[in-house]
Amino acid sequence: MPDKITKAIVVGASSGIGAAIGERLVTQGAQVALLARREEELYALCNRINEHRGEDLALPVVHDVRERKTIPGLFQDITTRLGGLDAIFFTAGVMPHVEPDEYSTDKDALMIEVNTIGAMAWFNEASKRFERLNKGRIVGISSIAGDRGRRRNPAYSTSKAAMNTYLESLRNRLGVKGVSVTTIKPGFVDTAMTKGMSGLLWMISPEKAAGKIVRAAEKKKNTAYVPGQWRLVGTIIRSIPSFLFKRLNI
Amino acid sequence: MSTSAAGYVFRPSTLEGIREVLTLARRTNRSVGFRGAGRSYGDAAINAENIVLDLTRMNRILDWNPKTGLVKVEPGVTIKQLWESILPDGWWPAVVPGTMFSTIGGCVSMNIHGKNNFTLGPFGDHILEFELLTPEGEIFRCSRDENYDIFRSAIGGFGMLGCFTSIKLKSKRVWSGLLDVEAINVPSLDAMFDCFKERLESADYLVGWIDTFAGGKSLGRGVIHRANYIDQGIDPNPAQTLRVEHQQLPDTILGILPKAILWKFMKFFINNPGMRLINMIKFRASRLLDRGGTFRQSHAAFAFLLDYVPNWEKSYGKGGLIQYQSFVPKDEAREVFRKQLQLCKTYKYPPYLAVFKRHRPDEFLMSHALDGYSLALDFKITKRNRERIWKLAAEMNKIVLKASGRFYFAKDSTLSSEDARAFLGEKALEEFAVMKRRLDPSGMLETNLARRLFGTS
Repeated sequence: MPDKITKAIVVGASSGIGAAIGERLVTQGAQVALLARREEELYALCNRINEHRGEDLALPVVHDVRERKTIPGLFQDITTRLGGLDAIFFTAGVMPHVEPDEYSTDKDALMIEVNTIGAMAWFNEASKRFERLNKGRIVGISSIAGDRGRRRNPAYSTSKAAMNTYLESLRNRLGVKGVSVTTIKPGFVDTAMTKGMSGLLWMISPEKAAGKIVRAAEKKKNTAYVPGQWRLVGTIIRSIPSFLFKRLNI
Repeated sequence: MSTSAAGYVFRPSTLEGIREVLTLARRTNRSVGFRGAGRSYGDAAINAENIVLDLTRMNRILDWNPKTGLVKVEPGVTIKQLWESILPDGWWPAVVPGTMFSTIGGCVSMNIHGKNNFTLGPFGDHILEFELLTPEGEIFRCSRDENYDIFRSAIGGFGMLGCFTSIKLKSKRVWSGLLDVEAINVPSLDAMFDCFKERLESADYLVGWIDTFAGGKSLGRGVIHRANYIDQGIDPNPAQTLRVEHQQLPDTILGILPKAILWKFMKFFINNPGMRLINMIKFRASRLLDRGGTFRQSHAAFAFLLDYVPNWEKSYGKGGLIQYQSFVPKDEAREVFRKQLQLCKTYKYPPYLAVFKRHRPDEFLMSHALDGYSLALDFKITKRNRERIWKLAAEMNKIVLKASGRFYFAKDSTLSSEDARAFLGEKALEEFAVMKRRLDPSGMLETNLARRLFGTS
């Protein structure tokens, strides 16, 4: 039986997959610090979760991952308030709309800052702690978009590809020390990020995705596609040669 | 040794350093727990997610007078450092625990006892004076003549009142590096009690080991070790036996196995069949060898049984172990311990080690001692048995409390807050709370143990 997660941090938790992971963990009886930028949504979510559960397990923490300097202090503060830490989930991510002929450095920088640097900043703190304790779980919500450089949103693909490589390196550093690092590659999940897009394949709800993500973390998976059938698609997409890939509208 | 947590560890080596850590704690709004060598079995030296002030670098012997046997030490000095420096002059620490790696600061905080508790009392009985730094930054000099109320609360006060910065102790004069030891095989629990009674007047040390796998008529069978100091003039060559080299524990077991890696082999025996076998062999061997005579053993070899196998606790595997020790008044002890041993059998969790000792009451506020006996039971803890062992412990607690028994912070892992309050009594608790408010008004000093038993957070 895999170890249950009893104390966790979820970064990027006011909506979408992050909110669903937070709720899922609380349902399992875990104490969870939920971090997000949007105060109102965050408090409303935590109140709802705690009321539903009947005890205060969800702890709201307002935070913008771009405020990097505050992260080490905040991390210590949260672990003290939780009284420990078993797992950290980084789900914060932005994907602004980018026109097919748009090349905006501001938008690109924002994606790298939030999706990649934000993840590194939080995982660095968690790694320091977990490495010393020889236990812990690091879970990064990446994307199938990171498997190849897509034409639709170059910087988003880049931010996720960077996260994949970063997580792989962490896994190789920390795996021998008993710390698991899981890369999650969701397909299409019904969240604000996919709103307005039509005809998306195998779309699942955030709740369903969260269940699969938490399970993958508990089982200490290296990489998990959510839902699982994307593994096949991912494998095919990764093996398409470039001369062909550039002609495909993926 | 079944509890773990992460904390922010600081290891100052000066008084100034300790003050800095206390200031930092105040600024960051964190609690501080003191830690010596970390040899308590439970959560006494753990302070999860807060500051752990490790005093092992405060390890200077400040003064030693070989004429009077008075020694002044910093709290991080270990029992090993102490005996190694005073024995060549013909002195031995009056009270030592089963391991020499504990720090003196830890021994004072827990007011530990040895195998001679019934004659020489606890560690605190041999402290003449100490200095205590409170979280507020004040230093109190305490002795039986000065600040006696702090003296009797801080000794055994599990680090809740302040940090010992210096401790003055008196040692015991010895005329040889050896002890006269007698091993007595006893076939039952009744025989164990009777034999203790018989030898109580004449013995300097007494300790009983019980084979917990034996049942029925043999329930409580085991071996008693009695030891006595050797009088002046008996040892023909004290200059040699008092040397540190003469005291060393053997480096190999049976002359073959290097003991540094022995725990790896022991691992295979730390289970029910393995321990049944070892307990049986130990008992039978002692019966075979029991010819009624005495033999000589060095002080260190007799006192520090736990140090024979370095890292022995690792052989218990990932889940570690707990020691359940209860202290019961002499008239009730026989019945209580019989029930405890039977309960272990009912639960099918035989303790892998059981140790029996005699005690006497002392003057300290939070004391665990009384006029009676104690039984210490080691249980291997795994993920699967943890809950049941705690249930077993809770049942045993009830029996102990009914008999007005007591418990010991250095060992405890299983007591509930109600149990702790019940054995200490409202009067002592109130007195301690008043002292806590006086010396640590902001409640900065805390440990996992303190939070578990007294909910001070």
